[in-house]
Amino acid sequence: MTAVATQSAELAIVAHDLTRRFGNFTAVDHITFDVKAGEVFGFLGANGAGKTTAIRMLTGLLAPTEGSARVAGLDLKTQTEQIRHRIGYMSQRFSLYEDLTVLENIALYGGIYGLADSEIAERSASMLSALGLTDEMVSRLPLGWKQKLAFSVALLHEPAIVFLDEPTGGVDPITRRQFWEMIYAAAARGTTVFVTTHYMDEAEYCDRISIMVDGRIATMGTPLDLKREFDVPSIDELFVRLARPA
Amino acid sequence: MRVLKVLLRKEYLQIFRDKLLLRQMILMPFIQLIVLSSAATFEVKTSRVYLVDRDQSSVSRGLVDRLRASGRFRIVGGSGSMNLAGEALLSRDADMILGIPPDFERDIVRARAGSVQLVFNAEDGALAGVTNSYAQQIIAAYARDLNAGITHSVRESPRIELRTRGWYNQELDYKHYMIPGILVQLLTLTGTLLTAMNIVREKEIGTLDQLNVTPVPRSAFIAAKLIPLLSIALVLFAIGLGVSRWVFGVPIVGSIPLIFFAALIYLIGALGLGLWISTIVHTQQQAMFISFFLILIYLLMSGLFTPVRSMPEWAQLIAEVNPVKHFIVIIRSVMLKGSGFMDILRPLGMLAATGLIALTLAVRQYGKQAA
Amino acid sequence: MISTLAAFVTKEVRHILRDRQTLTILLLMPLVQVVLFGYALRSDVRNVRLAIVDPSPDYATLALRDRFQAAGRFTVVVTDKSMSRIEPLFRKGKIDLAVSLDRDFAARVESGEPARILIAIDASDPNTGSTMQAYARAVIVEYEQDLGSRGSPPVRIDPQVRMRFNPTLESVNLFIPGLIALVLTLVSALMTAISLSREKERGTLEILLVSPLRPWQIIVGKVLPYLGLAFANVLTALLAAWLIFHVPFRGSVTLLLVESIIYSMVSLAIGVLVATRTATQRVAMLVALLATMLPSTLLSGMVFPLASMPRVLQLLSNVVPAKWFIIIARGIMLKGVGLTHLWMETLVLVGMTLAFMLIAVRSFKARVA
Repeated sequence: MTAVATQSAELAIVAHDLTRRFGNFTAVDHITFDVKAGEVFGFLGANGAGKTTAIRMLTGLLAPTEGSARVAGLDLKTQTEQIRHRIGYMSQRFSLYEDLTVLENIALYGGIYGLADSEIAERSASMLSALGLTDEMVSRLPLGWKQKLAFSVALLHEPAIVFLDEPTGGVDPITRRQFWEMIYAAAARGTTVFVTTHYMDEAEYCDRISIMVDGRIATMGTPLDLKREFDVPSIDELFVRLARPA
Repeated sequence: MRVLKVLLRKEYLQIFRDKLLLRQMILMPFIQLIVLSSAATFEVKTSRVYLVDRDQSSVSRGLVDRLRASGRFRIVGGSGSMNLAGEALLSRDADMILGIPPDFERDIVRARAGSVQLVFNAEDGALAGVTNSYAQQIIAAYARDLNAGITHSVRESPRIELRTRGWYNQELDYKHYMIPGILVQLLTLTGTLLTAMNIVREKEIGTLDQLNVTPVPRSAFIAAKLIPLLSIALVLFAIGLGVSRWVFGVPIVGSIPLIFFAALIYLIGALGLGLWISTIVHTQQQAMFISFFLILIYLLMSGLFTPVRSMPEWAQLIAEVNPVKHFIVIIRSVMLKGSGFMDILRPLGMLAATGLIALTLAVRQYGKQAA
Repeated sequence: MISTLAAFVTKEVRHILRDRQTLTILLLMPLVQVVLFGYALRSDVRNVRLAIVDPSPDYATLALRDRFQAAGRFTVVVTDKSMSRIEPLFRKGKIDLAVSLDRDFAARVESGEPARILIAIDASDPNTGSTMQAYARAVIVEYEQDLGSRGSPPVRIDPQVRMRFNPTLESVNLFIPGLIALVLTLVSALMTAISLSREKERGTLEILLVSPLRPWQIIVGKVLPYLGLAFANVLTALLAAWLIFHVPFRGSVTLLLVESIIYSMVSLAIGVLVATRTATQRVAMLVALLATMLPSTLLSGMVFPLASMPRVLQLLSNVVPAKWFIIIARGIMLKGVGLTHLWMETLVLVGMTLAFMLIAVRSFKARVA
C-alpha cells in the first residue's frame, strides 16, 4: 500500500488555487502548494489565518469554492470517498469519545476502517504498551495522554497521509516533545504528516513549512532556507515580520 | 455491514452509560402517566350553587331539593340579593347562581308556566355548558312531575324512555382517552428530541468531524444514530403499554402486534424529524428549543387534547399531514374499539407516507460535506 | 456599583442578541402558539355524525328524524333498520352517535306505552361523548314536550340562562391565560437555567465571581435580560389575543402586566435555583423542564380543571406558581376584577418569588461562590 502510494503519488498532496469563501469573506485565498510523500509538512499561521479551513478542505469536510487538489494521488472533488480510506485526521478539538474506554475507541475506528478483529486486537495491545496506558475511560486521561492517544488512533489504519490540526494545544513541553517523537516515527515509516500549528518553534521540527497570512501563503520552504532568505534567527521572528503589515 | 455493527455498539454503549438521560427518558412519561391519569378528568364532581330564592314556597324548595338530590349540585350560600350572588361568582365562592323569582309557585299553579334564572361562571365554557345541560334536565323532569301532580290527568302523557350507552368506554373514563395519547407523546419525545440532541451533541463536541473524515457511508451513520433510539423507544412503549393495561386498566381490545407495527412506522417519521432538526442547529440548546417548538405544535394540533373535528377547516387540513394525528386515531381505534388492519388502513397509509417523506428529506439534508 | 452591573447586563443582552436562532424562536414561538392554538384548540363539538336505526319508520319516527336534521349540529350519515350494521361504522370512525328507535314507535306513543330510544355514543373521548349525548338528549326532550302539548298544556319551567364572563363560551378565552403562563415559564425558567449553567460549565462564571460583582448582582444581571424578553412575549401574546381573538380585557391591563412580571420573576428564580444545583448544561435543561413545564401544564388548571382532581393533586397544585397566575389572569381578563379580589393570589406569588430568590441566592453562594 505504501509502496504504491509513493510510486504513483510522489507528491502526497498537490493544491492548486484552492479557495474558500464564506459569503463576502475569503478565508482561504488561492493557495498553491505541494507536499512530498513521507515528509513532515508544517502548515503555520496565526489564529484565523485560514489554516483550519484549508485542512478541512483537504480532508473532504468542506467543499472548495474554487481551485483543485489531489490528495494521496486522488482528485479531491471527484474521488472524495476513496481519499477517506487513505488519510487519518486528528481535529483541533479532542475528538475521541470521552464516554468510551480506550479499547472501545480503538475498536470503533478499527472497525470503521475495515481492520480484522485480530488486527485490531494486535494493534490495540501494542498501542497500549507503546503509550503506557491501561484500558480506562478516556475522560479520565490527562490532556497530554488524550492527544497522544488520538494521534495513535489516527494512524491505526496505517494511512498514507495524516492531518493534524493543532495537535499540541495546551500540552506541557515534555509531552510536546514526546508527541513530535511520535510524528518522526510515523514519518520514518513513510507516512506523510501534514501538521498545522501556531507554535512557531515547532516549525523547526518540520521538513518544510508554509506560513499563511490572511488566507494566502506568504512563504514556503525548509526552515533553514527561509531563515537564511529572510535573515532571521528563528521562524518566530519570520512570522512576526510577515504578519505585521496585516 | 460490519461498519454498522461497530457504530451501533458505540451508540448503545454511550446511551446506556448516560445514566441521567436514561432516568429522564423513563421518568418523565411515567410521572406524566401517573399524574395525568388522576388529573385528567373534566368530570364535574359537584357544582357549587348560590341560591337566591325570593319565593320560598314549597314548589321552589322542591326544585332546590331535586337539584341537591341529584348529587351534582351543592348549595353553598344563599340570600335575597342578586348582587351578593354576583359577588360570590366573582370571588370564586360559587360556580353558578340559581335565581327563583318571587311569584314562582303562584305562576306555576295559575298559569302553568314559571321561569328561573341560571347564571353560570362560564370561564370554562365547556364545563358551563355541561353543567347547564344537567341542570336543565333536572328542571325539566321536575316540571313533568309537577305536571302529573297538578293535572291529575287519567290519560298518561306520552312518554319517551331514554337510555344511553357509551360504547368503547362504558364508564366514560377519561383515562382511557388520555393514556394512549401520553404513550404517543412518549414516543414522540424520545424519538424526535433525543435524536436531535444526540446528533447535535456530536457536532458540538467535534466527534462528528472525526467521523466525517472516515469512509463511513452516510447511510451507515444515520442508521447507527436512528436504530438505537428506535429500539429503546419501542421498549419504553411496550412498558408504557403494559403499565396502562395492568396499572390503569385501559383495555387493549385490538391486536397488539398491529399497535407495535403502527408505532414502528410512526417512530421512523419522528426520528426523521429529529434528524432534520439536527442539521439546522448548532448547539444542543437550539436543538432542544426547536424540537419543543415543533413537537408542541404537532401534539396540540393532533387531536390529543382537543378533538380535531372541533377545529376550523384549515386546521383540519393541516392535521391531515400531521403524523401524530393519524397515529392517535390508530392507537385509540385499535386499543379502545378493537379496530383491525383494514379499518385503519387509511390513517396507516398517511402515517407511512408522511414518515417516509420526513425521513427522505432529512437524509438528503444531511450531507457529510458542508457545501 | 451600578456601572459594573450595567456593564454586566449589557454583555448578557449582547449574548442573547447574537444567538439569532434561539432569539427568533423565543420571540416568535409564543406568538405562533397563541395564534395557532387560539384558532385551532376548541372543545366545542360541532357536526356530529349521526346514524339512525329505525326498524319501523312511521310518522312519529320521521318527525323525530326531521328534528335531528333540522337541529344543525347533526349530520345524518346513515339510516338503517338494524343496529348490527351500525357497529362496524363506529369502529371505522365514521359515525359518532347512533339513535336507535323502538319498533312501532307511533303506536306506542298513541297508546301511552313507553316508547324506547337508545342513544349510543362513541365514548372513546368521554368529553365530547357526554356533550354529544347532551345535545341528542335536548332534541329528544323537546320532541317529547311537543308531543305532550297536544293535550292540555303541560307545566313548563323555562330557565333563563346567562353565561357570565364568557357569554360566547369561547374556548380561547379559557386557554389564553394558561398559554401566557406557559410561555412565561418557558422563557424565564428554562432560558435562565441554561444560560447560567452554560457559564458555569464553561468556567466564565468563575471570572465573574472574582470580579467586584457580588453574587446577588450576578444573579440579577443574568436574570434581567430574560425578564425583558419575557415581558416582550407577554405583550405580543396579549396583543394577539386582543386583536385576533377579541379576548376580553375587562380589568386593568396595567395590573395584568405587573402580575406577569411577578410571575416571570418566580420562574426566573426557579431557573436560577436549577442552574446552581445541576452539574452540566444538559442536566440543567432537562431538570428545568421537568420542574417547570410539567406542573405548569398539568397541575395548574390550565387544561384540566382543578375542581375535578383528587384532593392530593389539588393540594399539590398550591405550590405550582402557574396555578395562582392563571387565577389572576383569568380574573383580570374575563371577570374584570382587581386587587380587591386578587390580593391573596398576588401575595402568594410575591411570597413565592421572595422565597425562591432567597433559596437561589443562598444556593448560589454555597455551591458556586
